[in-house]
Amino acid sequence: MNILVKNMVVLTAALLIGSCSGPDSGSEPNSSNPAARVGGQSGNELAERQVFRKGNGAEPQTLDPHRAEGVPSSNIQRDLFEGLTSEAPNGKIIPGAAERWDISDDLRVYTFYLRPDARWSNGDPVTAHDFEYSLKRSVDPATLSRYSAILYPIENAEAVANGKKSPQALGVTALDDLTLEIRLNAPTPYFLGLLTHSTTLPVHQASVEKYGSKFSRAGNLVNNGAYTLDAWVVQSHIKLVRNPMYWDNARTTVEEVYYYAIENQDAELKRYRADELDFTYELPYKQLTWVRNNLAGELVIAPYLGSYFYGFNVTRPPFRDNRNLRLALSMAVDRDIITGKVTGAGEIPAYGWIPAVTGYRQQKPEWADWTQQQRNAEAKRLYREAGYSDEKPLEVEILYNTHQNHKRIAVAIASMWKQSLGVKVSLVNQEWKVFLETRKAKQTTKIYRAGWIGDYNDPNSFAELRLSYNKQNDTGYGNPEYDALLEQAAQEGNLKKRAELIEAAERILIDDAVSIPIYFYVTKRLVKPWVRGFEPNILDHHYTKDIQILKH
Amino acid sequence: MIRYAIQRFLGAIPTLLILIALAFIMIRVAPGGPFDAEKQLLPEIEANLRAAYHLDEPLVQQFGRYLYALIQGDFGPSFQYRDHTVTELIMDGFPVSLRLGGLAMLLALIVGVSLGTLAAFRQNTPTDYTVMGVAMTGISIPNFVMAPLMILLFAVYLKWLPAGGLGDGGIANLVLPVIALALPQIAYVARLTRGSMIEVLRSNFIRTASAQGLPMRTVIVQHALKPALLPVISYIGPATAAIITGSVVIEQIFGVPGLGRYFVQGALNRDYTLVMGVVVFYGVLIISFNFLVDLLYGWLDPRVKY
Repeated sequence: MNILVKNMVVLTAALLIGSCSGPDSGSEPNSSNPAARVGGQSGNELAERQVFRKGNGAEPQTLDPHRAEGVPSSNIQRDLFEGLTSEAPNGKIIPGAAERWDISDDLRVYTFYLRPDARWSNGDPVTAHDFEYSLKRSVDPATLSRYSAILYPIENAEAVANGKKSPQALGVTALDDLTLEIRLNAPTPYFLGLLTHSTTLPVHQASVEKYGSKFSRAGNLVNNGAYTLDAWVVQSHIKLVRNPMYWDNARTTVEEVYYYAIENQDAELKRYRADELDFTYELPYKQLTWVRNNLAGELVIAPYLGSYFYGFNVTRPPFRDNRNLRLALSMAVDRDIITGKVTGAGEIPAYGWIPAVTGYRQQKPEWADWTQQQRNAEAKRLYREAGYSDEKPLEVEILYNTHQNHKRIAVAIASMWKQSLGVKVSLVNQEWKVFLETRKAKQTTKIYRAGWIGDYNDPNSFAELRLSYNKQNDTGYGNPEYDALLEQAAQEGNLKKRAELIEAAERILIDDAVSIPIYFYVTKRLVKPWVRGFEPNILDHHYTKDIQILKH
Repeated sequence: MIRYAIQRFLGAIPTLLILIALAFIMIRVAPGGPFDAEKQLLPEIEANLRAAYHLDEPLVQQFGRYLYALIQGDFGPSFQYRDHTVTELIMDGFPVSLRLGGLAMLLALIVGVSLGTLAAFRQNTPTDYTVMGVAMTGISIPNFVMAPLMILLFAVYLKWLPAGGLGDGGIANLVLPVIALALPQIAYVARLTRGSMIEVLRSNFIRTASAQGLPMRTVIVQHALKPALLPVISYIGPATAAIITGSVVIEQIFGVPGLGRYFVQGALNRDYTLVMGVVVFYGVLIISFNFLVDLLYGWLDPRVKY
């Protein structure tokens, strides 16, 4: 099957590329004005039928915000549920179900004042009790949430999730119908941003109790967002319609939203070109050149909060206690070639671990400013120092999950290492789930591919990954100094000082060469010129209530 | 006949049990599990999940639990699609696959038999060569090549038909997937019909019928067609299996929400219960189909005795 799919993809791509020369290359007649999309130009006439059709990647596992994981389901949940805070099209945190909030002087107690006019889709008022119930349900182990760890900044959340305390112990209390108090373990400057994460979204208690695990099905779901669930055809699409009970309904334009489950990016592109989609989830790398030539006005590329890197398994030779070797390999990777020639969507070459997040100065090693020639020379010196040479070359494996893009990058890096250092690289690819297991086991793995997408716009979302006790730390790296700096940062209330502590920690990481940062992600998608109100943002969070469909 | 039917039916039960056991073991032997993801779960959360799905029990106990539920018609909850049970997903997906597969089968039989008969009557003429040439091409070009080509031509360039999905359930969305799925089968059926038709046309009873002065149409329809179709009928069993496996690819390409797509996604996600459910369901279906074809054969061909 794997080979089948691969061949399929290759052939489709070949066909599409081949088709560029044809007289009708499928370009849209009105694909000229990108400003209409991002700027919110006025004076354009709205379409009569306000329908927005989005490609949405894989089928969402569930619409229950507390049991969901992954981007496709959270995209839909943003339209269905409104958290205490929300986001503007540019990603800025704005009031959501709470119209305002107070933060205590020690930054540990948040008091939220809810909108009195907020309603559930069945007309019930949205109250502070709903949020108290929801947050407790979200961390309750009986809910089987896979993501409850994201709520650990809340008092007692960890103990509740581990079953050591009852959900009632969670530091969330409804003071009255419209006032909610949340107590935190430590000052958590990203807490308001966290409140847009799906684990914090409110669910309607009465319908959860009535329908159990089926409460989020069409016909059962009661929700408080701008849209309600009209139909759910598994593996095909989810259709949402306007929620007339939504407090800001008067300012909502789009009547119907379709989220199509399409995993195959080539298939998605075809459906976009056939005018069946207004907005794609992704774009196949191989089609970028074609898209640039034919649909340039509809291509939207923007920075995304993610890091693509190669990790070293530092628990075993040859990378254990061998910083020079790790550093040599990292320096010998020409990021400009990877992002310029191999991926080519405008990814940002990475030398440090943490991408550009608000209020943080990105760190990079001194050699980031050198030419690649200088880097290669130094890499060669370090490589020799580590005990390797042309006679005794390093033989190493790169492990990656089966995917065209990962393969192309691995091939490029292998040849860079071969040319500049003489390293003998073998490439090993595994199907996704197999790859995850191998990587986690840290037995045979030497160098592995990985990508990390931040959950919230804060350096901590990346920094915590390298804590010695973090289960996600597939490198096996542990440095007490690093741990101490991050723990200190977690208790620091002063934003500037906190950022400085994390910056210092990241410098240790860079100095220890635990991983090879390769590039920071971008989102790349096609958006029809008649979609107005869409703005790219770093977390790639979008709300249909901000969208309008122009006449076309 | 009845004894044969009972015998075959009893024989199907161990076949099915072996199928279930193999599928049960193989999906669990596959490395990686349903809870592996880029962002790993905390150990206590994973333990909690494993317990909730009984994955912490010994394998034999899990198998017993599965069989017991299965007898009651319960395929269990889906690991991946947490708002749905596997039974619900199959009930959602099967009608779609059935419509797709049924139409493809119908198309394959009608077009295949007509073309095959035509070729047989025009044996060794340009018509024959054209039909068989096209059939050969149909067999040789896999549907995962044909399907994207058809999408490109009819959906992207000409914009006559949708590129994928089910839309509002209209027939327009089914045209391309049905044709893509039926093409190789049309080719097979045409070749089979042609071969057996030529053989039948040469046999004594047809010569006798013609010698009696019966019109050609009567000879074909009343005498030649039934015996000539026997190999085609026995091909329906394997054709069902071929259409089911073909639909796995076709549903994926066209984004049709049928069982084939569940199967592929289920396997990739290590959604144990969903994969098991589809395997068992299709297993029962294919076994029953072969059974029915055998019975039908006895009815069509008086020479076959059980």
